[in-house]
Amino acid sequence: MSDPQTLLTTHQLVAGYHVGGRSITIAGPLSVSMQAGQMICLLGPNGAGKSTLMRTLSGLQPALEGNIDILGDGGASLRSPGRLARKISLVLTDPIRHSNLSVYSLVALGRYPYSGWLGTLNEEDRRIITWAMEVTGIGTYAERKVGTLSDGERQKVMLARALAQDTPLMMLDEPTAHLDLPSRIQIMQLLHKLARTTQKAILLSTHELDLALQVADEVWLLQKAGGRLEKGVPEDLVLNGTFEAVFDKEGIHFDKDTGSFHIHAGNSKRIGLAGEGAAAFWTKRALQREGFEVTIQDQPSITAHKSSWTLTTASGGQSFTSMAALLQALRTSIISHEDIH
Amino acid sequence: MFFLDIALGPVRIPLKSVVRIILSLPGEDNTWHYIVSQIRIPKACTAVIAGCGLSVSGLQMQTLFRNPLAEPSVLGVTAGASLGVAAIMLGGGSIVTLYTIRELGISGSWLITLAGCLGAAGVMLLVIMISRKVRDNIMMLIIGVMVSTATLSIISIWQYFSDAELIKDYLLWTFGSLGGVTGTQLYILGGVTLTGLILSFLSSKMLDALLLGDNYAQSMGVTIHRARVIIICSTSLLAGSITAFCGPIGFIGIAVPQIARSVFSTSSHRILIPACCLIGTALILLCDLIGQLPGSQTALPINIITALVGAPMVIWIILSKNKLSIYG
Repeated sequence: MSDPQTLLTTHQLVAGYHVGGRSITIAGPLSVSMQAGQMICLLGPNGAGKSTLMRTLSGLQPALEGNIDILGDGGASLRSPGRLARKISLVLTDPIRHSNLSVYSLVALGRYPYSGWLGTLNEEDRRIITWAMEVTGIGTYAERKVGTLSDGERQKVMLARALAQDTPLMMLDEPTAHLDLPSRIQIMQLLHKLARTTQKAILLSTHELDLALQVADEVWLLQKAGGRLEKGVPEDLVLNGTFEAVFDKEGIHFDKDTGSFHIHAGNSKRIGLAGEGAAAFWTKRALQREGFEVTIQDQPSITAHKSSWTLTTASGGQSFTSMAALLQALRTSIISHEDIH
Repeated sequence: MFFLDIALGPVRIPLKSVVRIILSLPGEDNTWHYIVSQIRIPKACTAVIAGCGLSVSGLQMQTLFRNPLAEPSVLGVTAGASLGVAAIMLGGGSIVTLYTIRELGISGSWLITLAGCLGAAGVMLLVIMISRKVRDNIMMLIIGVMVSTATLSIISIWQYFSDAELIKDYLLWTFGSLGGVTGTQLYILGGVTLTGLILSFLSSKMLDALLLGDNYAQSMGVTIHRARVIIICSTSLLAGSITAFCGPIGFIGIAVPQIARSVFSTSSHRILIPACCLIGTALILLCDLIGQLPGSQTALPINIITALVGAPMVIWIILSKNKLSIYG
């Protein structure tokens, strides 16, 4: 509050909902803040309450306890949708069904909090709409109907609408769900750039751990049990083991070295790997998929070169020119090894 | 079309004379003069009012519930008005004498109008009260349909215990008629409908925002409860009054917004509301014309014609538009 760069602060916030007369806590109590120019990724397993927390922060549903201070207003704007609309804009997972709406008019709806009684737009409104459409790269299909867009295009349109609302805070609920990889990366990069250039504070929930680790300035990790929230710079959370603690489940392992998840089948078999660069990286992936625990030195061991592999076992060495051949040999040798016992 | 509606009717009057009467030139047959100025002009005016009111209230319901099948009757407005009318027609018979009811006449009666409006308002009030407890608009739709069904079954019970004569009167009302509104009633109906239309036009920005769903609308600054109350109020003003005066005219409310959306190819309510007025008026006048069976001496009730003409029209428009969007 004292810091002009702090746009949103929560104090002992408890998010949840009422069922009958009882209140059910989903997340909290939590005290977090969002700074101008910051991109925050809200991560957590399914059912941890990401959406509920998001809805509470954006004022769509009341908090069970605690308060949310937006731009130093002490929580007053949460009670007035008209005022809140000038502070927070949203991209939600709600489906847009009205196919007759043109892209331009949908983006123009973002000017709702500013336009006149009948929704007439002035010069300033039009300038911002055009800017929002250019930034998101949808300028060329202003006249297309929303119903004819692909998922990726539509998500950009919804993003443009939120931008047109011209608010210091933006919150996006799983903006990259249902999108293909290039679109996901595009959206994430765009949001990252926007946070930097417009000094908006952007909060988005996502399941894209790899992407989130790359673009987020801060990560909020919501845990399933107890609604605890761990926050910090992504690299800190990886190095101090928080990521592993939240996401490690049976059969899934978060790899600190690569920042990605691995499915592991017990890792009863150990194998050594030597090599450098891409060849070593992808060999490791293949070996992990096969159920090996890959270490630096072990027996048997593999040396990965640019396009050939050498497998060294107790009985001697063998060379392969493709990963398929290597894996095939490993499978048969393991089976015969097990047969002996 | 407005003029044609005036010109045609069960009693044949030459076109030239009709023009002369409208321009209030002297020298025409007194009977003809009476028919045109007291029956046909009010009837055409009522048609215009009903066309505008019903189609705009249908448009509002479809946007509010995000459901293309919504229309005023789903919220129980029509059922409420019917209950009011039934209460007077059927219930009145057992308390007052049959003679009094006859004296009042079927649709010319103030009492019936008032009862219809009160019935519609009562049901609306109930629905608004429930709506304060419900967040979801789909739930509202279900509740509306339930209230409507319950109201209609009350009427059915009432009919079951009523005399055949009274039931016939009531049935005639349910066929719908544009002809019963005359004089001051026309001014009142016009005034109420105009209020509803203005209210609706003023909320067109809000309706646009609601197209994206409640959550988005709220994030853009719409107070959902207030928006709902305003929209339900203007709908009950429009549909309630028109139903009370003209009987439950079906189909216009559901068909016209679809046609308007297809023809004007837009979702903006600033354009759709006037478009609905235009198309609604044209459609209901056309139905009235057909109902009069030009050349014959009888007239069919409007309610029969609207569905008969409207249904194929909607199907045709949707099909032809689909073709356009596929091949265009």
